[in-house]
Amino acid sequence: MTNKYLVEGSENELTTKTAAELAGLIHSREVTSREVTQAHLDRIAAVDGDIHAFLHVGQEEALNAADDVDKRLDAGEAPASALAGVPLALKDVFTTTDAPTTAASKMLEGYMSPYDATVTRKIREAGIPILGKTNMDEFAMGSSTENSAYGPTHNPWDLERTAGGSGGGSSAALAAGQAPLAIGTDTGGSIRQPAALTNTVGVKPTYGTVSRYGLIACASSLDQGGPTARTVLDTALLHEVIAGHDGFDATSVNRPVAPVVQAAREGANGDLKGMKVGVVKQFDRDGYQPGVLEAFHASVEQMRSQGAEIVEVDCPHFDDALGAYYLILPCEVSSNLARFDGMRYGLRAGDDGTRSADEVMAYTRAQGFGPEVKRRIILGTYALSVGYYDAYYLQAQRVRTLIAQDFAKAYEQVDILVSPTTPTTAFKLGEKVTDPLEMYNFDLCTLPLNLAGLAGMSLPSGLASDTGLPVGLQLMAPAFQDDRLYRVGAAFEAGRK
Amino acid sequence: MTAAFYDLMDFDEVLEKYDPVMGLEVHVELGTETKMFSASSAHFGAEPNSNVDPVSLGLPGALPVVNAKGVEWAIKIGLALNCSIAESSRFARKNYFYPDQPKNYQISQYDEPIAYDGYLDVVLEDGTEWRVEIERAHMEEDTGKLTHLGGTSGRIHGATASLVDCNRAGIPLIEVVTKPIEGAGARAPEIAKAYVSALRDLVKALGVSDGRLDQGSMRVDANLSLRPIGQEEFGTRTETKNINSLKSVEQAITFEMQRQAQVLDDGGVIDQETRHYQEADGSTSKGRPKETAEDYRYFNDPDLPPVIAPREWVEEIRATLPELPWVRRARIQEEWKLSDAEMRDLINANALDLIIETVEAGTTPDEARAWWVSYISQKANESGVELDALGVAPAHVARVVALVSEGKLTNKLARQAIDGVIAGEGDVDAVVAARGLEVVRDDGAIEKAVDEALAANPDIVEKYRAGNTKVTGAIVGAVMKATRGKADPAQVNQLIAKKLA
Repeated sequence: MTNKYLVEGSENELTTKTAAELAGLIHSREVTSREVTQAHLDRIAAVDGDIHAFLHVGQEEALNAADDVDKRLDAGEAPASALAGVPLALKDVFTTTDAPTTAASKMLEGYMSPYDATVTRKIREAGIPILGKTNMDEFAMGSSTENSAYGPTHNPWDLERTAGGSGGGSSAALAAGQAPLAIGTDTGGSIRQPAALTNTVGVKPTYGTVSRYGLIACASSLDQGGPTARTVLDTALLHEVIAGHDGFDATSVNRPVAPVVQAAREGANGDLKGMKVGVVKQFDRDGYQPGVLEAFHASVEQMRSQGAEIVEVDCPHFDDALGAYYLILPCEVSSNLARFDGMRYGLRAGDDGTRSADEVMAYTRAQGFGPEVKRRIILGTYALSVGYYDAYYLQAQRVRTLIAQDFAKAYEQVDILVSPTTPTTAFKLGEKVTDPLEMYNFDLCTLPLNLAGLAGMSLPSGLASDTGLPVGLQLMAPAFQDDRLYRVGAAFEAGRK
Repeated sequence: MTAAFYDLMDFDEVLEKYDPVMGLEVHVELGTETKMFSASSAHFGAEPNSNVDPVSLGLPGALPVVNAKGVEWAIKIGLALNCSIAESSRFARKNYFYPDQPKNYQISQYDEPIAYDGYLDVVLEDGTEWRVEIERAHMEEDTGKLTHLGGTSGRIHGATASLVDCNRAGIPLIEVVTKPIEGAGARAPEIAKAYVSALRDLVKALGVSDGRLDQGSMRVDANLSLRPIGQEEFGTRTETKNINSLKSVEQAITFEMQRQAQVLDDGGVIDQETRHYQEADGSTSKGRPKETAEDYRYFNDPDLPPVIAPREWVEEIRATLPELPWVRRARIQEEWKLSDAEMRDLINANALDLIIETVEAGTTPDEARAWWVSYISQKANESGVELDALGVAPAHVARVVALVSEGKLTNKLARQAIDGVIAGEGDVDAVVAARGLEVVRDDGAIEKAVDEALAANPDIVEKYRAGNTKVTGAIVGAVMKATRGKADPAQVNQLIAKKLA
């Protein structure tokens, strides 16, 4: 199978170039940021009817931002960043003052934030035009974007299949040539998993290294914004733009950003000599799609041939990760989403002058939230209740500690861990939507990393022989060693060519 | 609802049969510049919803960041209350839906408070000390404020709409919780009042709060239960809210003791409930009954890392503690050579700080004491407000004392000047000018009035000349009348003596 949206139908070659190439062309004034931005806007207009990657396109705002970059460059100013002038798609969970921020929920339909998220502000300051806001599962809860209140995103590789979730819109936009760069958020795999299904690159940075201020919370202790693109280097360039300490986020870590761009450039020589790569036993076993395992084993062999030493590592508590994750996440969700009550902003339902505030809150929440969001609010409310807290929430926190210890032990033996990003390739839209547990299982390989707060990447590793669809390779690095992902990722990417 | 609605047991009878157990929870609003978790201004009295930001409005994506000053002041309070200060404490979320709560959870401290296990020694009216044990002092944020429209007197009952003001949402609060106060017997109401009073003096001395019960910057919840004399186990408690003055603290406890005793005596049971103090008649009334038991689903706030208080920092803060009220009192009593009774009068009138400030503004302790304890206290009583809420500042008193000693005001005129200050007519000099209070120094005018008075009273002149110099009162009175009280009596007497010499 091929992705016809990137190979064919891209008459305007600006939409197939990498962000690094586009930045080079813009900064040398061979093309303008307006031309590049316009090309992507045209591309969105042409294909988004098929893909539905975007919930909102900000044509005028994007072109204004592009013009501003062009004006500065023409005046001889240095580019505001390595990516100045290259446009980007922003997941609709980061607040923006010039476009609605909905988190793909009816609850926030048309909601205009009076402030920009820190990530949004950094993107603007870097001179990156924002093309629009991308589709996602409602409040980032889901694995297929089918929980979006505005309809699912379609995978450019096969329109009948999911582009993953929750960040399916961002990854599909990259895969369809609608944007060279996109921002996602990863709570249990929402950046890495869609990247795997769309043959793109996605990174979940170490928890605390990218500000969550203005990121509408799903689960605060797990959420992390991160970069996505079609190449490892592009992803690193975007990573450098959005990372860094932020005084508006108390969980933001005050330490220098890992040298991710340098690592991506160094890795491009394809050399993995001296690198100890751990294959996680728990994520390499029966039950996974044969084509996925086959591609994964081929990836491991490729790394061995590039000089890496391959070691099998045992992380026994990863088997308990899913259960712990689906307790901690709903608990935080039940509290984080309490503010959506129709009192101050967003949807207000049932306020006909006869109902009490309590009743209006209940009506609003009944109408504004979709089924998956309600399911998790109810689960979390129950799990935090008196008499259940110890058995559920506290127990899950203990499992979380054990998982972090498994990782720590593994990194005593190896430099980096690898696994398939997902147990299967992209499934069909509608296939799992009626079975929440099936859907939850799809994030099996990605969520231990969030529970431990570490750094992870998914990058293309070929197509599955059985389905012909993309398979993602997941890399997992210790906390604050995000550069190691790029070092190994760039080498692996170079080795595939 | 009135007190007469309840059957109340005679207080002495209550004490014969029951032993009260009391617990006090006091919320102290800190006077920080900004809110507990954002940079929004924390000042009182701004236009509704003007001191707000994404954090205090609970907007999508907003995150809390701890106000270091709030933590520092919480530690100050903890240290002054002889508490242990936790090296690491945590913020938790208290989850409940209410329209004045923008996030529908309150950030508070739950099982890991910043200060715990302390005590406060309070002085009772007869001079004895009582040690109130402190369970904990923890940090939290205030809620917004609701105004209900269309009902009676702003209550939610019968209202057709409610307005939400989020200016107060996120203002730092310290909640100070006592351990159960046992064995107080008849003194329970007095101890409650003395404790709240001491805590108020403390936070004011620390400069962390204005401690105004009437404006809600200090809020008292009084828990009370009774148990039959001799019983170990606590009875069922009620929690009384809406207590707005020191006097009300005492009254609310007294009322609950009498009410609960009667209920128990009649074979009834006490419901564990929230009650509201009624300022009008000193009773407490049933709050809205709760249909279900509250379950706040506390859990650690994942947005906020633990609050770390390194020992060196705590010691630095300890070193900045000002002279604490009880130490200051002992020193003042010694310096001013006051008897225990005199000292108690000052404290009970809540006048000590005002007097000290007045002395600092230039009067003698006796002058300051005379003004505050007698005339100004009397005025405060008449208006039914606290002494420091009357509108008279120490500087005002110092000014009238100065004017009297300069001979520009008589004591009587000085009291009128203070009346003017209370009436909001401006400072002392403005009142004196506007009301024309200044003593007439124009010798010509006074001399003329003296001449006229002497001429009108020949019989007195005769008696005086015959050697009876004590008869000048009527002449002085006539002169004062003619000058409308603005002549200085001493000067008038001198003139009479001169004229009749």
